[in-house]
Amino acid sequence: MIARRSLVTAGGLALAGCASTPVGARLGRVVVVGGGFGGATAARYLKLWGGADVDVTLVERHERFMSCPMSNLVIAGARDLASISHGYEGLDAQGVRRVRGEVVAIDPVGRTVRLADGSRLAWDRLIVAPGISFMLDAIPGLAAALDSGRAVHAWQAGPQTAALRRQLEALPDGGVVLMSIPKAPYRCPPGPYERACLIAGYLKRAKPRAKLLVLDANPEIQSKKALFERAFVQHHAGVLEYRPNAELQEVLADGTARFEFEDVKADVLNLIPPQRAGDLVRDFANANRRWVGIDWLTLQAQAAPGVHVVGDAIMSASAMPKSGHLANQQAKLAAAAVLQLLKGEPVNPAPVVMNTCYSFVTPTEAMHVASVHAYDAAEKTMKAVPGAGGLSPAASEREGAYAQGWAENIWADSLAL
Amino acid sequence: MKAWCLTLLLCAGPTLAQDLDAGRNLAATCANCHGTNGRARGPLMPPLAGMKADLMLALLADYRRGAQPGTVMPQIVKGYTEAQLRLVAAYFSSLPAAQARP
Repeated sequence: MIARRSLVTAGGLALAGCASTPVGARLGRVVVVGGGFGGATAARYLKLWGGADVDVTLVERHERFMSCPMSNLVIAGARDLASISHGYEGLDAQGVRRVRGEVVAIDPVGRTVRLADGSRLAWDRLIVAPGISFMLDAIPGLAAALDSGRAVHAWQAGPQTAALRRQLEALPDGGVVLMSIPKAPYRCPPGPYERACLIAGYLKRAKPRAKLLVLDANPEIQSKKALFERAFVQHHAGVLEYRPNAELQEVLADGTARFEFEDVKADVLNLIPPQRAGDLVRDFANANRRWVGIDWLTLQAQAAPGVHVVGDAIMSASAMPKSGHLANQQAKLAAAAVLQLLKGEPVNPAPVVMNTCYSFVTPTEAMHVASVHAYDAAEKTMKAVPGAGGLSPAASEREGAYAQGWAENIWADSLAL
Repeated sequence: MKAWCLTLLLCAGPTLAQDLDAGRNLAATCANCHGTNGRARGPLMPPLAGMKADLMLALLADYRRGAQPGTVMPQIVKGYTEAQLRLVAAYFSSLPAAQARP
């Protein structure tokens, strides 16, 4: 992290020099916005593959990276918050210039971003990984319930994760936990069902008379359906009750959660709001005004050439979930494309990404879904390769260990740990 | 003769660089589990950096035909063409071998 003073000086010099490319970085300047799986990986791989030839600045609001994958284990008391958090020093050591701040506006024509403090950063190429924003207006009372702490989403890891953990610990035995799942698409399709399993397991151990009610706006479990159905019965029967086709309509002032066919009063409200692309890229969200359509060869926003968007904010290709794993993979495509565009070379005509999502059904047993996605030149999109990928036959402790290993490796890969 | 050499160099140069980049890009899809540039964290994942290409290709072929048991690998190896796997194996074999980090 460079100090504000030196940042201003560096910016001033660059402006004064007018060439706008720092000495040594002959390819140009790339600004990366957002330090989650997508943004951190983009910054890391730009330096890994571009070295001193490219000047990379990462702008992130938070001092530390916080992982959504593995955060459900924190909620269940099987990991602590510190263990899913990492600093950005690894990226600093790779030569990534880091600015702690919030980008509030993107100027694709003038090729700058504006920060909340009024400062600007100029770029030759911009990579934005803004993650998700919540569509709170869709559900009256939800914003107020989240603001007051009466409800928590815990769908962006950090203080919300800790808050849900605290509320579960404070739950009286015999209490009721309500989780509501929004209509797809949302971040991490299997995530809510993993959380349901882990919360139910915690309740069974610590509050044997407590109940977890899971109301899903979708008509069925959205990922690993048969495996989760088995886990619900095998491990969590009597604690966890799951109901599909139940969309949250409103949260009343007294904390009552109103669904189409029932009102639910619960001691803990874990209400996961419907989602869209992060607010920062709202102007480029041309898919249902919700997600950013991109060109899959370069990850450039269709609505803003020069602005590359990766991660949960993009309009996913068919069968491609919104996952940290894929944000990392998309970021590598974007980094490679950006370097080639800066060099004036043709971009990779045949990009490939793959996904592995592990879900825990108990604190030690996990299962996976995996897929490989290759570019289809005729349809200009990524398509799941037929015959490839698949699911675990069953959750196992072996895959639980693999899941922990996956987390260590993807954190290290994304953050240069 | 001289002109022919020059032509060969001009043709070979970009092709090799493109293959290396293609291998690099494909190999980067392995990093989430196997570590950046094949240097895995933890005891579970074999370090891929420096692995001989023939050995890696034989192992991948075994995963593909079900002769090598596994969890994720037998499923995802089918998502890559033989030519892509050769590029991946060539890339990892070109890297210096590294011990797995704790």
